[in-house]
Amino acid sequence: MTTEIEELYQEVILDHSRRPRNFGELADAAVRVHGDNPACGDEIHLGVKFDAEGGLDDIKFTGHGCAISQASASLMTMKLKGKSRVEVMEMLRAFHDLVTDEISEAPKTLGDLRVMKGVRKFPQRVKCAMLAWRAVEQALEQGAGEANVSTEPE
Amino acid sequence: MHKIAAKAVDWHAVREDFPILREQAHGHPLIYFDSAATSQKPRAIIDALRRYYEHENANVHRGLHTLSSRATEAYEKSRQRVAEYVGAASADEIIFTRGTTESINLVAHAWGGKFIHEGDVILLTEMEHHSNLVPWQLLAERTGARLRFVPVRDDGTLDLEQLSSLLTPELKLFAFTHISNSLGTINPVAELCEKAHAVGALTLVDAAQSAGHLPINVQELGCDYLAFSGHKMCGPTGIGALYGRAEVLDSMPPWHGGGEMIVSVTLEKSVFKRAPHRFEAGTPNIAGAIGLAAAIDYIEQIGRPAIFEHDTQLAHYAAERLTELTGMHVLGPTGERGALVGFVMDAVHPHDLTTFADQYGLALRGGHHCNQPLMRRFGVSGTTRASFYFYNTTEEIDRMIEILHRAVRFFS
Repeated sequence: MTTEIEELYQEVILDHSRRPRNFGELADAAVRVHGDNPACGDEIHLGVKFDAEGGLDDIKFTGHGCAISQASASLMTMKLKGKSRVEVMEMLRAFHDLVTDEISEAPKTLGDLRVMKGVRKFPQRVKCAMLAWRAVEQALEQGAGEANVSTEPE
Repeated sequence: MHKIAAKAVDWHAVREDFPILREQAHGHPLIYFDSAATSQKPRAIIDALRRYYEHENANVHRGLHTLSSRATEAYEKSRQRVAEYVGAASADEIIFTRGTTESINLVAHAWGGKFIHEGDVILLTEMEHHSNLVPWQLLAERTGARLRFVPVRDDGTLDLEQLSSLLTPELKLFAFTHISNSLGTINPVAELCEKAHAVGALTLVDAAQSAGHLPINVQELGCDYLAFSGHKMCGPTGIGALYGRAEVLDSMPPWHGGGEMIVSVTLEKSVFKRAPHRFEAGTPNIAGAIGLAAAIDYIEQIGRPAIFEHDTQLAHYAAERLTELTGMHVLGPTGERGALVGFVMDAVHPHDLTTFADQYGLALRGGHHCNQPLMRRFGVSGTTRASFYFYNTTEEIDRMIEILHRAVRFFS
């Protein structure tokens, strides 16, 4: 087994892709975002509920996709639950750097999400890792109702 | 008609003609199973391009100097070679294009713009590559024409029982693929052309996946147009051809305007050359055309009946061995199939699988293969495809099966 593939598909990632956490419909979601990656047909449906200050009170997802996109969504929902808007946006930037930037050190605040670091060696898989994050970004922007987001803007 | 007895070929010697097949990927010998996307190039084609640039390069059809004469002669000889290769009655029926996509767009613009009107029907199939779908959608939008589709059955073949109800007087063109790039289905071209002609429609055959793999004779097939790409048949990228029956081409106005395609020009208007030059505005891909002719020479030296036999044997062997894997779903027909096999695995997503396989030097293609409607038809977001050419071996397929077993263990 080569190290690059082991780095990409760490045991934590495989575990989350097989048994994604926070997977299911969020019944009383304030906003629902449908994200898709038309290049591969992967889809995510994200439901978000906000607390009084606008932070993420609850977040769940459904959908289908590759191990990277599923694990990324699962890990993301675990990490973001209970976070303020500012914290979510900081995390989004840090995660994007983590999976795209060859040089940057992963900030400690990312915690478990740092297992996704291997993606930076596979530029064609960055969109898989970012799909759930693009959806949550859209959810914050939208605030309420339904929204769509795509990895390939029209 | 592609069942002509094939001669014996030393396939391992043929493989040696392809320098790139000695490459390594991630420390493993390269196994190139993506020839349906683009084929590799033998030394003979690389040398032909080099020879052209070193000894013949000049613009065509205008310079009166030595090099221009050489380039023009080589370019027009290439056209003749392509005409012979597809069984056209004359070299004037061959238009050089950038490839299959441009060939189809040419027909949609030049022929479609003149002959397609509101209410007319263009018939396609559910298995078309986006290149034989999107140009017709655009034409339908411009003209108010309607698109109809021959359904695909669960076994990956066309539902020909549905065809008769689609053959109406409004039908003006039936455009369909010869070999499906996702399923490997080989469509009965001659039969489809005959049925379309019976209601007065023209026919266009997308030969992108067949031109390099089996003998083609447009007069025997009875098609009005045939489109294909050089790069899928050992030739360079950026060159392809459109065959059009002389009478049909002569009825068509130009689509691109510019140099090379005119007889005379005043400030107000121009008189255009006849086909094929009417459809080749600007300096053409001269080296590409010469490279394509060299590819044809190379393929013909091996022989298309032998290539077809070898390629389909590989595809059948792969389809059979794939069933050894648990949770494996092979798409496409169980009978005759082209040089590829598409599949879906319960345990592994196509993108994870292709990333995994690449680490072992195995080049597969994962995704929708420019067949999004077909993927929806089969209820999948994408498939993994292994596609073959005559330089591939059964040993490479055995190795692929080993790697797939590993992938199942890894991802389960």
